Amino acid sequence: MWNWLKTLYHRLGSPKWFYQITGKWLPWFAVSSVLFLAVGLVMGLAYAPMDYQQGNSFRIMYVHVPAAFLAQSVYMMMAAAGVVMLVWKIKMADVVAQALAPIGAVMTFISLVTGAIWGMPTWGTWWMWDARLTSMLILFFLYLGVIALREALSPQEVAAKACALLAIVGVINIPIIKYSVDWWYTLHQPASIKLTEKPSMPASMYLPLLFMVLGFYALLGWSVLLRARSEVLRREAKSGWVRELLKDK
Amino acid sequence: MSVSNKTPVAFCRLVPKKMNPLNLFTVFSAGCKREWQLQVRRKGDLLNPLVFFALVVVLFPLGVSPTEEVLAPVAPGVLWVAALLAVLMSLDALFRPDLQDGSLEQLLVCGYPAAPLSLAKVLVHWLLSCVPLVLLAPLLGVMLYLPWQAQGVLMLSLLLGSLTLSLVGAIGAALTTGVGKSGVLMTLLVLPFYMPVLIFGTGAMQAAVGGHDATAHLALLGALALLALVLAPWAIAAALRIAVSGE
Repeated sequence: MWNWLKTLYHRLGSPKWFYQITGKWLPWFAVSSVLFLAVGLVMGLAYAPMDYQQGNSFRIMYVHVPAAFLAQSVYMMMAAAGVVMLVWKIKMADVVAQALAPIGAVMTFISLVTGAIWGMPTWGTWWMWDARLTSMLILFFLYLGVIALREALSPQEVAAKACALLAIVGVINIPIIKYSVDWWYTLHQPASIKLTEKPSMPASMYLPLLFMVLGFYALLGWSVLLRARSEVLRREAKSGWVRELLKDK
Repeated sequence: MSVSNKTPVAFCRLVPKKMNPLNLFTVFSAGCKREWQLQVRRKGDLLNPLVFFALVVVLFPLGVSPTEEVLAPVAPGVLWVAALLAVLMSLDALFRPDLQDGSLEQLLVCGYPAAPLSLAKVLVHWLLSCVPLVLLAPLLGVMLYLPWQAQGVLMLSLLLGSLTLSLVGAIGAALTTGVGKSGVLMTLLVLPFYMPVLIFGTGAMQAAVGGHDATAHLALLGALALLALVLAPWAIAAALRIAVSGE
């Protein structure tokens, strides 16, 4: 098992193998994301019971929570890819990191927007300087910084290393930012709006959420692979196997 | 035929030349000295952050209101934000002249670890650009009706905070050294990392203005400064290597 994983890891480092192996994975990710999302959405929007305090407005949770999950974990994945890139000098890790950054930014944006829409009926305001909202906004800016740095630097290897380093520095800083913002909130605004304690959810409410989270992760895998594969083709456009591949089409 | 008693060179045992490396501290202090001389001679660059700091602070009475009721509550925040931006602006050209004249490459290939040398650079910059900022701050504080009991905390929090700001900002400056016009890009990279420092800095000020004990916030600022002092030089050195490899 371990050897198999090691071989897989090394094969994924080669652009050609990466392209071939992920080609086989792609349909699985696609099917599972469509399936999970469809089931989760139908269950969440149609069958889950209404919340006794928030009415139907809580149903936006089924998009908001998975998006927020991804927003945070994508940054971790990006930093992990950065470590692989800097330590083992594997170029494909950078391709994956490049594919991840915009997706993470979009997920952060979605969670901010759905949070604002959710906030209107429940809190009565689109935006408030709550600790979680603020740290999400900062995370959004961190993503934009990584994307902007990649745009600005050339050649590609330099941009790759610089983005990897920035992502790693960001990961060290994220806990500091998170806790400082938490303290700031408790210091500056002693609980102007208290969120009601979350009632323990019945299964009919959290099962759709579970499906949605799984669906979002599968969607992430699908879109990252799609983006990474086209990026591999772009970067390796001069190599023999890409030419051969494109000759057929 | 005179044969010298000396063994021919080819048969000599290869005795390694006695290595006499300079110790790291000597190199570090030499780096500090070089930076000091370079930066002291660029007087304009030293003055600009101070002028920037004063100008941004002056904008607020003009833009918001000159009355004490309005200015006094926002004074801690205004002073801290202005100082933070001034530190950020001053860092923009920290490494670029060295990259252009090639001395940055020499620093990286000289055989000594690059982290202490880049730390020397940042420390001297902090001493020459941020400490004057700290000294100017009370004057601007008086102009913004900051109460007297908060002046000491203002200086202390700026002193500790600007060290973190310089070290963290230098990572961004090193990453964007190779980019032609990097001002906005560097701001975008670095500002998210500045938020904890701003939060604790203004927290200390709020506590002092309110007559409370600011020690907790100052201790956190100190902790951040120590953490940055330990970790940031390595990131700066790595970023400089990346920047040089792109040239």
